[in-house]
Amino acid sequence: MTTSVVDRGAAARPAQTPRRAGRAASRPGRRRTVLAGWGFLAPFAILFAFCFLIPIGVSIYQSFFRGVASGGGLYGGGELVNQFVGFENYVHYATSSAFWAGMGRVFLFGIVQVPLMILSALGLALLLDSASVRRVAGFRLGYFLPYAVPGVVAALIWTYMYNPQFSPINQVLGLFGGHIDFFAPNIILWSMANMTTWTFTGYNMLIFLAALQSIPHELYEAARMEGASEWTIVWAIKVPLVRNAMLLAVLLSIIGTVQLFNEPTVLQAVNPWMGADYTPMMMAYNTMMGGLSPSGDGPASAISILMALIAGVLAVGYALLQKKAD
Amino acid sequence: MMSRKLATLPDGTTYRPSDGGLPRSLRPKRVVTVVTIVVLVVALLYFLAPIYWLVITSTKSNGDIVTSNGWWFAANNTVQNYVELMGWTQQMFWRWVANSVFYSATAGVVGTLVSVAAGYGLAKFAFPGRGAVQVVIMAGLLLPIALLTIPLYVVFHAIGLTNTIWAVIIPSCVSPFGVFLGRVYAQSSVPDEIIESARLDGAGEIRIFFGIVLKLLAPAMVTIFLFIFVATWNNFLLPLMMLNSPELKPVTLGLYGMMSYFNPQYGAVLQGALLGVVPLIILFLGLQKQWQSGLAAGAVKG
Repeated sequence: MTTSVVDRGAAARPAQTPRRAGRAASRPGRRRTVLAGWGFLAPFAILFAFCFLIPIGVSIYQSFFRGVASGGGLYGGGELVNQFVGFENYVHYATSSAFWAGMGRVFLFGIVQVPLMILSALGLALLLDSASVRRVAGFRLGYFLPYAVPGVVAALIWTYMYNPQFSPINQVLGLFGGHIDFFAPNIILWSMANMTTWTFTGYNMLIFLAALQSIPHELYEAARMEGASEWTIVWAIKVPLVRNAMLLAVLLSIIGTVQLFNEPTVLQAVNPWMGADYTPMMMAYNTMMGGLSPSGDGPASAISILMALIAGVLAVGYALLQKKAD
Repeated sequence: MMSRKLATLPDGTTYRPSDGGLPRSLRPKRVVTVVTIVVLVVALLYFLAPIYWLVITSTKSNGDIVTSNGWWFAANNTVQNYVELMGWTQQMFWRWVANSVFYSATAGVVGTLVSVAAGYGLAKFAFPGRGAVQVVIMAGLLLPIALLTIPLYVVFHAIGLTNTIWAVIIPSCVSPFGVFLGRVYAQSSVPDEIIESARLDGAGEIRIFFGIVLKLLAPAMVTIFLFIFVATWNNFLLPLMMLNSPELKPVTLGLYGMMSYFNPQYGAVLQGALLGVVPLIILFLGLQKQWQSGLAAGAVKG
């Protein structure tokens, strides 16, 4: 999707501008175009450099350093001195069972939650787009409302709804003799998956629905004339046409899953056994803030960069896989 | 579901207009319709139940939360919960909400202007380096923002900006998605002819931008503003890292702090959650048209 946008955008329209400007005003006009273009871009470019490029650069640089006590003795002593350690930080985490345990958790989480969420969102969008439903607006708004609840607040609400003392869900399940221990170590990951599913399904549904509703209805009519059933229309027309939107949604979900932070952090506040390194992002944060050892800029940067690389590999891998399947 | 209204033709005859849409032969079967509606309603209950529960429970005392039916009201404890909420936050609660409004609105306004200007620049001017800039921005769109937060903290800490409002506002102003949307809109809704004729009239580029282009891009600007506003309001990791003075906290951070109290008054925390979410929900309800069309543009044109 990225490439199509860049191609379409860069190639189609603006190509006319230079030609026309050149015809009208030649050299000085062209210089003016260049200046104005960069001028409009400048405020964003400066902010982008300050908040994206420089931090990434500094972070890569820092990841080769580690704070070491200057005293040098067995118990260190003295101030922390930043010492160049080469790839030591990277080696440390690449061979750290805690890091990979966290990665394993988010991977397991993502491999279940992402398909579940995307398919539910697609299913709901298809149902809302079908001929059976007239009043779409109410459903659409209701499904989307959780997205207006900040992630950490959503996590707080659900954490209380899971509370063993008064869980309203267990109150209902109790009527049928059921009970779920939402905070049990082998269940808590799925309790968390429910939180993110609740928050983001409606958002994805809305994007799919928008894509579905932009499909011209003549296509369906033509298909019906040829005798296609409703199922055939869904599989042969609707699903292929929302593919681009789905690809983007899956990519963003993969990236979001790798950096899972709000939900486990809130759950950890009431379940300390989860530990400060339950997910890689929690590990990075707590390393930065001194809650884990080794701590500080260097090790935390190394975790961030490793995570970004893993997220990138997963995202590109998925994109290539999908392209191959098409 | 079907409308039974009659319509009248100019000559006085009445008829029943078709229900729009489909001829009878193509209408879905009754069973299909019923199943569809049931599935949609069950899904609706899932999405709305926690919000309903939040409203109910924010009115209860701790004792009632444990003993009463979770899905219905018990004795009204709203006022005590409110007093408790204010006491705990040392009267800071509304300050936190105001902080959230301030951070989100400032970042929204500045970020929108910056994004639209950049989008316009990319769409309407040819300059060397434009292709590269677009690739970098698209990469920024897919970059995990949370991963950027640690590097950002490192830089902001080094220049002494942590624990200031700038640490939250400046990063929140940068929205690659805003630029992307601004560019898409500028391409489709700012005609070259208008810009050129303004130039022939002797208007400068800045005047053209503020006088003409911004008006044409107004719908895009509402969408971008909302997007940045919501992202800033919902951000948790960035303020968690950057801020530690209670006076600077946004409401998300304040509420998280209350979670870790030992044996909290649940009703009070939940009331805080509810009050912290209400402004956003109002914003979403009030600007439905804008964000829906904005998301649609992102989905379709993307």
